[in-house]
Amino acid sequence: MLTPPQIIENYFLESRHQILEIAAMMDRYDVAVQRCGGNGAAGGPASGQKIELLRKALAIAADPKPAGDRTVALLELFATG
Amino acid sequence: MQIIQPHYHAIARTAQDYERMAMSGVVAVAEPAFWAGFDRLYPETFIDYFRQISEFEPTRAAQYGIRHFCWVAVNPKEAENPVLTREVLKHFPEFFAKPTVLGVGETGLHKSTKNEIESLEAHVDLAMKHGQLVLIHTPHLADKAHGTKKVLEVLAGMKVDPERIWIDHVEEQTIRPVLEAGYWAGFTLYPITKCSPKRAVDMLEKYGTERILVNSSADWGPSDPFLLQECVIEYRRRGHSLQDAIEVFHNNPCRFLGQNPKFDIKPIRIESAEVAHA
Repeated sequence: MLTPPQIIENYFLESRHQILEIAAMMDRYDVAVQRCGGNGAAGGPASGQKIELLRKALAIAADPKPAGDRTVALLELFATG
Repeated sequence: MQIIQPHYHAIARTAQDYERMAMSGVVAVAEPAFWAGFDRLYPETFIDYFRQISEFEPTRAAQYGIRHFCWVAVNPKEAENPVLTREVLKHFPEFFAKPTVLGVGETGLHKSTKNEIESLEAHVDLAMKHGQLVLIHTPHLADKAHGTKKVLEVLAGMKVDPERIWIDHVEEQTIRPVLEAGYWAGFTLYPITKCSPKRAVDMLEKYGTERILVNSSADWGPSDPFLLQECVIEYRRRGHSLQDAIEVFHNNPCRFLGQNPKFDIKPIRIESAEVAHA
């Protein structure tokens, strides 16, 4: 089993990369909304719901003191989407 | 589709890379001088390395129908040895005369130390005096923004032609000042530590395609030359035309590298395919 510093050392860059990819997707979405005259629902209501789901998911992932496993909470959240 | 890989460290890769690159449309690669993973001690080590990339490597690439070009430099990580740097720089002109050497690179900054800055200035100065192109490495990760700013400050204090200088490894926080100053900007695609194919396409959509060079480097560390092809696919799947993709991934390298007449691959236009895929 890894120690806390080992976990950070082993997974920091990979996590940084994954967060950047998510941030870039969010930026891409905002630009597309702007291109559609500010209408985020231009692609259908489902896309608006999905982006909200992702925003909730990010908040769960970033919670420093979750009640349970974040992964479980996220899978349950995505099961509702 | 024909692709040019403008930043590729071939000596760290196997022939299988060349074979697969050839099968996926790569017609030419350009190999900047790189850090060996340890600091070299002797000028002769660099000379033999430059011989390897300017004489031997083109023959290896040619077996797969790929043209191989290269650059010469003392890597920024080795600039802390100024005596060695000066000694190696003396040999650059003999390599400028070789048929596949395109210029000076990758020089640049790593930790932006005084020695690194002096080495960068010496490299750029020599390149300008000999009419060579320049490829500049910008630092990784946390050092990138500061290092890129420093590179721009150094260049601003020198007499240079920005159109002949390519500042590589730009990301979202550094692309704008590089383009605004008139330089070429390079996106380097890495599995996790630099830019990703999707983020590269985001920047192409935001800043346009002019003076942009996309590459996937590939060296002896965790890297993947085929992230370049992944970027082509991402660009195409967002609805950009085949000709637009050719402009970015083939014609832009032709435009920049072709400023040195040794790089004689010309931009291409596919009229019939453009109609079919419009």
